[in-house]
Amino acid sequence: MRTICFYFQVHQPYRLRQYRFFDIGENHDYFDDHNNRFILRRIAEKSYIPMNKLLLELIEKYGSAFKVSFSITGTALEQLEEYAPEVLDGFKALAATGQVEFLAETYSHSLASIVKKSEFREQVEKHTNKIKELFDQTPTTFRNTELIYSDKIGALVADMGYKLMLAEGAKHVLGWRSPNFLYTNPINPKLKVLLKNFKLSDDIAFRFSQKTWKDWPLTVEKFVGWLTNIPEEEEVINLFMDYVTFGEYQIEETGIFEFFKELPDRIFSHTRFGFSLPRDLEKEMQPVSAVHVPYATSWADEERDLTAWLGNELQDEAFMKLYELRKKVKKCTDPDIQMDWLHLQSSDHFYYMCTKWFSDGEVHKYFNPYGSPYEAFINYMNVLSDFTIRLENYK
Amino acid sequence: MKTLMFGWEFPPHITGGLGTASFGLTQGLFENDVDIIFVVPRAYGDEDQSAIKLVSASDIRLPFEDVRFQEMLEKIEYIEIGSNIIPYVNPELFVKEEKRTTTTYNESSNVFSEYYNFSGKYGINLLEEVSRYALIASILGKEKEFDLIHAHDWLCYPAGVAAKISSGKPLVVHMHATEFDRSGENINTDVFGIEKYGMENADMVITVSNLTRNIVIEKYGIDPKKVVTVHNAVDFPIQELESMPKKPFNEKLVTFLGRITFQKGPEYFVEVAKKLLEKDDNIRFVMAGSGDLMHKIIKYAASLHITDKFHFTGFLKGPEINRLFAMSDVFVMPSVSEPFGIVPLEAMQSSVPVVISKQSGVAEVLEHAVKVDFWDVDGMADAIYGLCHYDSLSKVFKAYGKEEVGNLKWKRAAKKVKKIYEQVIQ
Repeated sequence: MRTICFYFQVHQPYRLRQYRFFDIGENHDYFDDHNNRFILRRIAEKSYIPMNKLLLELIEKYGSAFKVSFSITGTALEQLEEYAPEVLDGFKALAATGQVEFLAETYSHSLASIVKKSEFREQVEKHTNKIKELFDQTPTTFRNTELIYSDKIGALVADMGYKLMLAEGAKHVLGWRSPNFLYTNPINPKLKVLLKNFKLSDDIAFRFSQKTWKDWPLTVEKFVGWLTNIPEEEEVINLFMDYVTFGEYQIEETGIFEFFKELPDRIFSHTRFGFSLPRDLEKEMQPVSAVHVPYATSWADEERDLTAWLGNELQDEAFMKLYELRKKVKKCTDPDIQMDWLHLQSSDHFYYMCTKWFSDGEVHKYFNPYGSPYEAFINYMNVLSDFTIRLENYK
Repeated sequence: MKTLMFGWEFPPHITGGLGTASFGLTQGLFENDVDIIFVVPRAYGDEDQSAIKLVSASDIRLPFEDVRFQEMLEKIEYIEIGSNIIPYVNPELFVKEEKRTTTTYNESSNVFSEYYNFSGKYGINLLEEVSRYALIASILGKEKEFDLIHAHDWLCYPAGVAAKISSGKPLVVHMHATEFDRSGENINTDVFGIEKYGMENADMVITVSNLTRNIVIEKYGIDPKKVVTVHNAVDFPIQELESMPKKPFNEKLVTFLGRITFQKGPEYFVEVAKKLLEKDDNIRFVMAGSGDLMHKIIKYAASLHITDKFHFTGFLKGPEINRLFAMSDVFVMPSVSEPFGIVPLEAMQSSVPVVISKQSGVAEVLEHAVKVDFWDVDGMADAIYGLCHYDSLSKVFKAYGKEEVGNLKWKRAAKKVKKIYEQVIQ
C-alpha cells in the first residue's frame, strides 16, 4: 500500500520581555507574559482550535483509515495549560482516538543536540515525561527541533532507544534520490529515517495562497493529481509542516480548512494512498538504503541548514555564553533557575538574531518581538547576564 | 545690550550638546544683563520625532523644570521658523531622511506665514533649507531691534551673515564643532564652505576650545586675531544621588555615554574592555547611547566574546542617565575628536571619576580627570584599573572633580562672551 504521513509541529517559545541593562541584577522576571498569552490565544483561536476540531471530525468519519502525528514542545504545552486549556483538551481527545501519534523532542525546542549529549538526553526525557503525563503515550519516534538532523545526531537518538527519526528531504542531501522512501542512519542502521517531501509539504504550508505561484489556486483535485503522478514504486509521501499553517500562515479565508477537509475523501476515492503514522511505517516498511547526512540539515530557510540559528557573530556569541553556564546550572537545584535555563534555550531566541534577511526575512519576522537582530541580541544578553548573576549568588 | 541669536534647538526639544551649550550660554548672558532674541528652525509635525530618533544623541540632559529656566522663558523673545533643518545630520543623510518622512507642515503656526508661503513640499536639499532660513533671517535683521548677531554652528551661519547684511550690525559666530570633527578627513565640502564663509564674514569667531581654535586657524585659514576661545561650562541642578538605587551587582561599572559614532571613539572603549576583562573578572562595561556605528560595535564586542560583561543600553533618557551615573565607578570618553565634550562634566558632578581623551576640548579645562590619547588603549586600561581598585585614588578624583566642575559656571563663560560683544559693537 502507498501511504501519506502527516506530521505537524506545535511549538511556542517563551518570548522575552524588553529586558534592559538596568534590570540586570534587579529583576529576574524575563518573559513577556502578556505578549505570549496574546500570541497563544490568537493562534489558538485561528488555528489550533478549528484544526483540532477538523481532525477529530475526519478521524470520526474515516475511522482507522485517517491518522496524523504531532510533536508538541514542552514550552507550548505549558503555555497551552496556562492560556488555552481547551486546545490541550482537543489534543487529549485526539490522543484518545488512538489514531494520533505524539513524537519525542527536546522540551524547549532547543539546539542541545548540537552541543552536549547529556543536556540533550535530559531535555528529551523531560519532554517524553510530559507527553506521557498528558497523552498517555510513550513516544518511539523522534523528531528534533526544526527537523535538525545529521548522521551523528541520528546515531545519538538511536542510542537513546528511538527507532525512527524525522528529517528534511533536503536536495543537497538526497541529490537525485527521492524522499518518498524509508531510509536508515549509516552509523546505526537500526534507526530509520523519514524524509520530508518538501515540495508537496511547502505547496500547502507556504504556497497555498501565493497568487504569484503558477499553480495557484491549489485545489484538492490538483494536489491529488500530483500524488497520482508520483512513480508507483515510491511508497510514502511525508507531509511535514507547522500546525499554524492552518489558519495562521494560511488564513481561514484562503480556504485551507476546506482543502484539508476534502483531501482525505479525494485521496481515498481517486488513489491507492492511505494514511499512516510514523510508528506504523517503522514496523511495516522496508528501508531502501542508508542516507548520508554528514552536516546538519533542518527544514529552515532556503539553505535547509543551521544558519537560521547559528553562524553570525551575535548568534555564536549568545550560544557560547549560554552553554558556558551549564556546569553551574547543573549544580543548582532551584526550580525557577532550572525552568529559566530550559526556556532560555529555545532556538527561537537565536532565530531572532538571524541577519540573513533576504530570502526568508518574512518567515523570520513572524511573531518576532524585535525590530532588529541587534535588539534581539542585546535583550537576550541582558537576560543572560542576570541569569549568570543568579547562578553565582546561588548557594 | 540685545543680541539676535540663531540656534539649532531650544529646550525642551534637544538632541545634542549644542542645544545644551547654547541654552547654558543664553542663561549666563541673562545673568550678565544681555537681552536675547533666540531664533530656531523647527519643523512642525511627526517627522521631527523620527529624525531625532534616527540620530538619537544620548548625551544630553537638561533641567527643564529648573525655575531659572522658567523665568528665562518668560523674558526671552523666542522665535521658531518653519523649517526641516535637523541637527546632527549631514547633507547626504538629510536627503535620505527627507525621502523617508512625509512632511506635514502647519502653516498657521509659522510666524512668517504672512511673508512666505511654505505650503507644499520642501526642498529635498538641506543646503536649500539653510538658504531659505537665511532669507527669513535677513527680514528679521530689518524688523527687529538689536545690537549684534550671534550664530551657533554652520547651519545658522548663512542666516547670521544675511542678518548682518540687512541690518548692518556686527556678527559673532560660534564654532561648537567643525566639519573635521564630524566627518574626520572626509569632509563635506559644502559644509566646510559654509563654515569658512560664516567665519570670514564674522567680526569675531568664538571657539569652544583651543583644540577647535587651532582647527579654525589652520584648516580654515581664519585670522587668529579674531578667534577667541570661550570654554563651555555646565550648570546642572544638583542631583540627589543618595536616593538612587544601589548598583545591583558586585562588579565595578565602567561607562561610555554618547552617540556611537566615529568621532566618539567607541571601538577604543571595546578594546580597553577586552584588555581589562582578560585580567580582571570584577568589572562590567556599559555603552549607553546609539548611533550609526552601533551595529558594528555590537558585532565587534560579540566577536571578542566579551558581551557577558559588556552591555548596551540603547538610547537613554534623562532620569536613566542619572541612574547610570549613580551606578558607575568610572566614566570614559575616548573621543577621537571632541570640540568640547560636556558629558564628563556631568559624570564628575555625579561624583564619577573620568578618563577622557587628550583630543577633547574639555581636557583643556579639567585638572581632576585622567587624560590619555584616544588610541592609547593600554594607558586607558591602566587608568580604569586604578580608579576601579584603588579606593584612595577614586576618592580624590570624586571629591576634587565635583568641586572643579562646580566652578565651571556659565555666568563666568558668558561674561567673556559679553566682552566680545562689547568689542564688536564698538
